[in-house]
Amino acid sequence: MKRLIILTLLMGLVFGIPAHQTAFGVGSTKGKVIRLTAKKFAYSPAEITVKKGEPVVLELTSKDSKHGFNLPDFGVRADVKSGSVSRVSFTPDKVGRFTFACDIYCGSGHEDMSGTLVVTE
Amino acid sequence: MKSIDRRDFMKLAGLGGVVFASGLGFPVFGSKEGKSIVQDDFHFVQFSDTHWGFNGAAINPDAQGTLKKAVAAVNSLEEQPDFVVFTGDLTHTTDDPKMRRERLKGFQDVVSGLRAKTVYFMAGEHDAALDKGEAFQERFGKLNYTFDHKGVHFIVLDNASDPAGLLGETQLKWLQDNLKKRHANAPIVVLTHRPLFDLYPQWDWATRDGASAIKALMPFQNVTVFYGHIHQEHHHMTGHIAHHAAKSLMFPLAAPGAVPKRAPIAWDTNAPYQGLGFRDIEAYIKKSRYEIHELPVVKG
Ligand SMILES: [Cu+2]
Ligand SMILES: [Fe+2]
Repeated sequence: MKRLIILTLLMGLVFGIPAHQTAFGVGSTKGKVIRLTAKKFAYSPAEITVKKGEPVVLELTSKDSKHGFNLPDFGVRADVKSGSVSRVSFTPDKVGRFTFACDIYCGSGHEDMSGTLVVTE
Repeated sequence: MKSIDRRDFMKLAGLGGVVFASGLGFPVFGSKEGKSIVQDDFHFVQFSDTHWGFNGAAINPDAQGTLKKAVAAVNSLEEQPDFVVFTGDLTHTTDDPKMRRERLKGFQDVVSGLRAKTVYFMAGEHDAALDKGEAFQERFGKLNYTFDHKGVHFIVLDNASDPAGLLGETQLKWLQDNLKKRHANAPIVVLTHRPLFDLYPQWDWATRDGASAIKALMPFQNVTVFYGHIHQEHHHMTGHIAHHAAKSLMFPLAAPGAVPKRAPIAWDTNAPYQGLGFRDIEAYIKKSRYEIHELPVVKG
C-alpha cells in the first residue's frame, strides 16, 4: 500500500496531474494539510472546516487499533493505522455538513465513531 | 399441503401486520414443454438484530423479555412457518470473548423455544467482527452457506465477520460458482446482514464490495434479498432485485440521515415495543412473489 501511495505521488509529480485528479485522491501533498487522529472511539478533531474549491490533504493516523475513515459524499476512504500516516486528498465541490465515519469494526463503541466535515463558501 | 390461502392471509394481516408485496409477477418453473413443476407455497419468519445482552433502560427496558415475546408471538401463529431465519446481530457486541460466548448461548437458549424447529442463523458484526466469527462458528456453524426449500434456493452471505464489512474475494468466488449451477429463472433468496447496496455509507450502511455480489446476481430474473443491520423496515430495488430490511427486536434506529448521528430511538412508554418487530414472509413460488407481513412484538 505504501508503495502504491509513493507511486501515485510520483505520477502526480511526473505527469503534473492536479491533486484532485489523482486516483481516489490518494498520495497527493498539494493543498491544505489537516491532521486527524483516530482512537477508540473518536476522531480528533471531530469537526473539520474547509473551503469549497480548495484542495485538502488529510493525514490520518491511529493511536490504537486499525480504524477506517470513510467520507462517502466525496468518495474518500482510507484505512487508518497506528505507526503510519495515510494521506487522502480531495477538493470539496459542494458546501454543507458531511459525515465521515469509521468503517472498520473496532469494538463496542464503533457505531459512535464519526465526525463532521464542514465545507463553507 | 400447507399453503396459506387468501383467508389466512387476511387473518395474518389483521394481526397488525403491514403487507409489502415483492416480486416480478411472471411465472417460474415453466419448462420447454409448457408443463410446470408444481411447488407448494410456504412461509418463513425473519428475525433480525435481536442484540441479546444489550443493556439500556431508556432504549429498551424489556431487553430480557422482548425476544421471548417475539418467540411467543411466532409460536402463536396459526400456521407455523416452515422455518425461521435470523439475519445477524444475534447478540450485542462485547470486547470480552467469554461474554460473547455467553451471550450467544443465552440467545440460543431463548430461541430454542420456537415451535418451528428449522432455524437458520447468520452473523452480524456485533457477533462476529471482533473475532472473525470464531465464537459464532463454534455455536452455529458456517458463516456462509446455502439451503434449498420447496424449489427456492437460499444463499446466506456473510458481510459481517470481516471487520471491514467485506464479502471478500473467496466468498464472491464461492457465490459465482454456486450461481453457475442455477437457471436464469430459478427462484433465489439471498439472506445477509448488511445492505448489499449503498443505502447510507455515512452510517456504514453498505457493503464495500456488495456491488460485486449484486453484479453476480443480476443475470438471474428472480432474486430477492432479505437483510437486517439498519433496525428498521426498508425496501429498495437495484434493477430488478428487491432488497428488504427487517426491524430489530431490541431497538429501532433513526431513518438514514434523519438525525446528525446514527442513534437508537428511545423507548416510548406510551407505545412500548414501537418500531420493533419481525416479519412473516409468504413465498408464492408459482407467481414468483413474496408477501411480507410486518408483525409486532405484542399484539396492539
Ligand atoms: Cu449490524
Ligand atoms: Fe444490529
